[in-house]
This record gives sequence, C-alpha cells and structure tokens, in this order.
Amino acid sequence: MTSLASAPIPALEARGIVKAFPGIVANDHVDFDVRVGEIHALLGENGAGKSTLVNILSGMYRPDAGQILLDGAPVTFRSPREAIAAGVGMVHQHFTLVPSQTVTENILLGLKRPRFLLRSKRSEAEIGALAEQFGLRVDPGAKIWQLSVGEQQRVEILKMLYRGARILILDEPTAVLAPQEVEELERTMRTMILSGHSIVFISHKLTEVLAVADRITVMRRGKVTAAAIPAAGTSKADLTSRMVGRAVIEMPERPPFQPGPVVLSVKDIHADGDRGLPALRGVSLDVRAGEIVGIAAVAGNGQTELAQVITAMRACRGSVTIGGVEVANGSSGHAIALGVAHVPEDRTGVGSAPNLSVTDNLIMKRYKEAPVAHGWFMDDPAARTIAEDLRTSFSITTPSIDTQVRLLSGGNLQRLILAREIDAGPKVMVAAQPTRGLDVGAIEAIHRILFERRAEGTAILLISEDLDELLAVADRVDVMYEGRIAGSFPAATADIHEIGLLMTGGG
Amino acid sequence: MNLHLEPRVDAPRWFSPVMTLAAVVFALIVSGIILWFVGGDPVRAFVHIAEVAFGSIGAISDTLVKATPLILTGLGVSLAFRMRLWNIGAEGQFLLGAWGASAIVLFPILPAGTPGVIVIPAMMVAGALAGGAWGFIPGILRARLGVNEIITSLMLNYIALSWIQYWVFGPWSEGGFQETKTFPPEAWLPRLTDFAAQFPILGGLTVHLGLIFGIVLAAIMWVALERTRWGYEIKLIGDNPRAARYAGIDIARKILIVFVISGALAGLGGMSEVTGVVHRLQDRISPGYGFTAIIIAYLARFGPFRVIIASILFGGLILAGREIQPSGIPAMVQGIVLFSIIGSDVLVRYRIRFERHLVTT
Repeated sequence: MTSLASAPIPALEARGIVKAFPGIVANDHVDFDVRVGEIHALLGENGAGKSTLVNILSGMYRPDAGQILLDGAPVTFRSPREAIAAGVGMVHQHFTLVPSQTVTENILLGLKRPRFLLRSKRSEAEIGALAEQFGLRVDPGAKIWQLSVGEQQRVEILKMLYRGARILILDEPTAVLAPQEVEELERTMRTMILSGHSIVFISHKLTEVLAVADRITVMRRGKVTAAAIPAAGTSKADLTSRMVGRAVIEMPERPPFQPGPVVLSVKDIHADGDRGLPALRGVSLDVRAGEIVGIAAVAGNGQTELAQVITAMRACRGSVTIGGVEVANGSSGHAIALGVAHVPEDRTGVGSAPNLSVTDNLIMKRYKEAPVAHGWFMDDPAARTIAEDLRTSFSITTPSIDTQVRLLSGGNLQRLILAREIDAGPKVMVAAQPTRGLDVGAIEAIHRILFERRAEGTAILLISEDLDELLAVADRVDVMYEGRIAGSFPAATADIHEIGLLMTGGG
Repeated sequence: MNLHLEPRVDAPRWFSPVMTLAAVVFALIVSGIILWFVGGDPVRAFVHIAEVAFGSIGAISDTLVKATPLILTGLGVSLAFRMRLWNIGAEGQFLLGAWGASAIVLFPILPAGTPGVIVIPAMMVAGALAGGAWGFIPGILRARLGVNEIITSLMLNYIALSWIQYWVFGPWSEGGFQETKTFPPEAWLPRLTDFAAQFPILGGLTVHLGLIFGIVLAAIMWVALERTRWGYEIKLIGDNPRAARYAGIDIARKILIVFVISGALAGLGGMSEVTGVVHRLQDRISPGYGFTAIIIAYLARFGPFRVIIASILFGGLILAGREIQPSGIPAMVQGIVLFSIIGSDVLVRYRIRFERHLVTT
C-alpha cells in the first residue's frame, strides 16, 4: 500500500501553522503534509488541535501564522468553497445533507452547474458511475432520510469527489460505523489513493489507524508529538503514550460481577421514531442492580428510541418498570424522581442548555429539591457550591462555573453531563454513546465511573457503537437490529464477528 | 474587504446594555438624517420631542400616563418572549382586558353604588381574567396541538377588536356613539390630581394607580424570573426546550401558564387604561400599545425593570407624536429603533472581522 506514497512534493503541506483562540493556542507551529496517493492519519486527544488544523487546511479558519502549500505553491483559502475549488475537500463528523432531497440533489446542491435545469437522470448516472468507481455503495436516487448513517457518509464523500477533490480530509469517519461498514470504508479509501487521491484520516481508534494509514502524525496540546512516522513498525502502545503523554492506558480492571435483583424491566415495547415509522418492534430486556447491559447497534436501529422510552421522553406501547413502578408514557420528571439517570446521545441538543452557565446545567436534574431550592425559591449560593464541588471532583475544565457550556470542549461537556447524572445517585442509568468522540484519557475516566456506579448497585444500560468498548465494559451485550433484539451474549464469551453480523442484519 | 462573523466568547457584562444604547443613538441619527432629508430640522425636532415628553412636571406626568399601558403589555410580551413563545397578541389581550373590566360596571356585574374598594379590585380581576383567557386560546392550541402561536395570537387581535366594536356600537353604545357611557367615579383609578385639594402641587397631574401596578408587577416578575424555580424553568425552556423536557419539565403546561399570565398582564394594561384614563370603553382605546410592547420587550431585552425604562421613552415618543409634523415621524423612529436593536443583537453575539483580500500568490 506504500507503492505510490513516495512522491517528493507533497500534495498539501502546512508549515509552521499557529492558531490561537481566547485562552488557548490550538496550533503551535504545526507542520503537516500529505503526499499524492497516501493515507496520512492524524491522531490526538480531544482538544489536541487536530480539528483546528484540518479546519485551516480546508479553508474554515485562517491561521494566525504559517503557510499552506498546494503542490509546493503557497495558497490562501478564504473559505471552504475556495479550498474545494483547489481540490481540498473535508467530510465533517456532522453531516450537512438535506434529508428530504435525493442523493443526487444533495451532491449538486450549491454547484453552479447545471445552471438552470436539473437533468437528474444524467446527473444520477454520472454520480452512480463515480460511486461505482470508488466502491461507495449508495443509490443516487434515494432520499437522504431513507439512508443509514454509513450511506449518508458515503454521500458526503461523493459530494467531495464530484466537486473534484484530490485531497480528502475525513474527520472521524468511523465513529458512526459498524465494523463491516468500517471495512468497506477502508476499501474505499484504498481505491481512492490508488487513483491518485490523498487522504487525511482522523481517528481515535488506533487499530484502524494502524490498519489503514501509510504515515501517522500525533498531536498533543497543539503541538506535533510524532511527525509523520511510518505506520509499519509502529505499535499501539507507542502511539498511545505520544497521544496522552504517559505510557500505558489499559482498560480499567472489571470488578467482579455480583448482580442484585432486576431494577429496570422493559417488556414488549413498541414505539415510533421521529418520522412516524416503527422504531421499536417488541423489545424486552431486564437489567439487574450492579449489572451493565450493553446495547450494540448501528445508528438508527432503535437504540436511541429505547433510551427515550425508558426515560419517559417518548410515547410507547408496552411496559417499562423501575423497581416495579411503571414509568412508560409518564412524565420524564417521574422517571427522574424514581432515580433514572440519562446520558443522552445528543449532548448539545438534549443533554445541555448551551447558552446557560455551567452551574445552571449542573443543577438541571435537582433544581426542585433542597438544597438548590427551598419551596419556590432557588438558593443561588447553594447551587454554586454544588457546581464548584462537581467541577473539582469530575475535573471539568472551564474558566468558571458561570461560563456558558457552549464554550466547553466535547470531553468537558460530557464530563459535566456525567457529573450531573451520577451526582443524583441513580438506581438506573441509561448511557447512550457516552464515550463517542472522546479521547483515550477521557474514555478511561468514563469507564471507571461506570464501574464505580456498577459497584454501587446501579443498573446500567450502555448503548454504544463501539464493540470493543461494549465487550470490555458490559456484562451482557444485546444486539439491536431494526427495532428488535437480534441476539444476547454474555460479554465474556461473545464473539465480536457474530455480533457485527447481527448488527448489520446478517447471521 | 471581506466581512467575517466569529462567535463572541468573552463579552463582558456591560457589553449588551452599551450596545442597546448605541443602537438607540444610531436609530436617532438615522431618523435625524431622514428628517433632514424631507426638509425638517432634526435637532429642533428632537429637542421639541424631548420638551414635549419630559420638559415639565406636567409633561413627565403625561408621559408616564402613556407609559403605563406600555409597561403592562411590555411585561406580558417579555415574559412570553423569554421562553421563545412569540405572543404577538398583546393588543387583543389588552382590548379584552379593557372589555372585561368594563363589563363589571356596564352589564353591570356589580350593582351601581358599590364602593370603589370593591369595584376596582373586581375590575382588576376581570381585566386580568379576560386578557388571560385571550392568551389561553393560542396557549392551549400551541401546547396541545403545536399550532404556531404567532399566527393565532396575531389573528386573535382582530377578533378582539371586532368584539369590542360589537359592544360599543351595540349593547353598550351611549346614544348611538361608538363609545360606552362614562363609568361611575367609583370605577376610576385614583390619579395624583385627585389629591389636589390637599396638595395643590399635584393639580393637573393625571398619573394614575395603573403605574403602580406596572412597577409592582415588574418587581414581582423580576423576583419570579431571577430567584425562583419557575424562572429557572423558563430560562431552560427558552434556551433549549429539548433539554428542558429531558430535565423533567412539563413544557406544554408551562406554555399554557406563561401564555395566560402574559395575556393577563396585557389585560391588566387594558383595565388600567379604561379605569385610569378614558373612564369608558371605546373601540379606539389602544393606538397599538400591544404592538409597541413588542418593540419595548426587545429594547428591554426582556428584563422587567428595563421594560419600565423603555416604556417611559416610548411613552414620551407617543406623546410627542401628537405634536410633531409630519405625524408619521415618531412611528418611523419607533420602527428604526426596533430594527437597530434587533440588528445590534448580531454584534452582541458575534465579533465582526474585516479582512483584506490576501490574494493567492
């Protein structure tokens, strides 16, 4: 795979990039380059400066200092549009697609041609051929909302290829994919480099990086700690220590499994999703005190709706009991009062109020009770004391507890949400994708917290797309596919490939 | 030159009020330029407006009379807007409040000769209830069926006006004129001038008890918003309704309650206007107080005490409007102020960066 990876002039190069934001130097004299026909992986914890760097490369930000060279010539991108015109395209983690339009329409959106009439048949054929060439399986005539997350990602990649991108930047493309889809993406990436494209690949998952990348650059706190080292001959342990600045990160030891009585009981739940289509079709499961049950599923198979039903945020048919008390179709306040904690998948859209302060966000689940409230009145000093305590004990990095939470980094926001949910001393905890997009250090901290809760006797439902995480943390893994439980395995003896097959409807 | 917007992360506390003030100054300058353009003398016009509005004790009193309905409707609108509940129906709620208060003495619900200490509170309750009922309609439609409250509350304004017209042209008409008979004096809110016998200095000052309603309610609203669970819930819903639901708040119920209170405040404004100023019900009782309240709410950035200040400024502007030619000028100034305030919001939330073209080499 390194046959074409030795061209002398890099396709895209960044030299001495400096970018500062208030209070932080996100990029401190960063050098980076990607050659024609190679995959260059960019590794680093949250806040290491990877996103800043690729946002500069793709025209989103302007660097304070430093230079960008395209095929050896200096360039300045004032906008993503200019970058893509020069052949540099970025696929973001959050997709920018119009759900009600077709794949073809989304790809043509914003282009100057065709000028007046959308000759969709012709464009569809063109896009179909392009998709074929790179092994990006997707129907050009399908509407976006009908597609899985993996397919939507392919549309985003196609969008960039159709616009003539020679250099593709993929920001954590595998975070939302099932194992089989990851393999497919890896094949696509290899096809692309064979046809002379260059790929900058951002990931947290060391296994994937080692499997697919030609060279690897590691960043930490705005600086490059490993500059373009060849992937061959590099070990996971080596990369980890360069990422987190210390030697070994191991999955915390799983404490002995001593389950108590069933606390959370879900019986034959049926519910519709946001689009009014059935999302849950008869799901039943039990979670015991001191047990972590993992839900393995590819995005869009009902796991989000399951979490919402248990936390009484979505109407359903069937029964959900917490310690024998029915909560389904009740108020979410009732579920909270019964001790249900919820770490929602959508941290900014559901889990927090972005323009309110850290304090206001931390008291969200307990603002009705003493000491935060006395009757109708709120006790501001008491709320602040609680916020300061949680900030310290959960190491939430924030300028102050009055800071708006939209200014926190992803990892810190997740810590804040976990701090709030765990502080309530929950009987049941529903954690949806609690580690998605977080760095190795933060993931380790969150797994420790889950184990602590488990030891305290909390019944935990852990929803994750990361099978390695589920197998390491959960006591039992249930696989969900199209709104049903497709299989249930004790984590100790589960076979990752069998689970992967069930997740994608095989097996 | 290229214009870039970057989110502002470190705005100090003084920034937002200063920007509001700057927006008002900017609006006055733009208005001045337009005035000059149509052949007026902007400096003289503004000096004249200031004199008419604030030039003497009597002028200030008249300004406060105009400010009173604005304070009450402005508080109502601000409360709803804080929750991003777009109650555009303060005008109708104001009219219904005026009607409800009038009903007490015109049906009559209380017999003639009932003393003021009973009639006035009864009219307050009736005004607030009628205004609240007019807020309940868009509230329940939004809460239960998800109907857009902007449309419903706006349309209800026209229904309210027709309702008032029916009563003043029909059952309550005084000798065929489009107004009712004058209320009995027990149904008049006390004014400063009523005490001129003891304190001659108060003679001619028409400020009435309605102003006190406004100030007291602003204080109550401030405490409710800033110091209670209820205010926290409104803040949370206003910022992120999905997070509020996740926190266990019953949003539908909250929408209904806030809409009713918002309507009740506007209704009390209507009550205060018929009992404090006009002393009878007319179909032209409001020159658009409920709509001006929207500008007031924005100018005050939904803060109860700031609503009082903004209402006094606009009260002066409305008062001056009667004396300024061409008569559209104050309305124009109001409009430009609203545009400037809303526009300044961008500057509060974003930093603007001008960048020269650094052309690709």
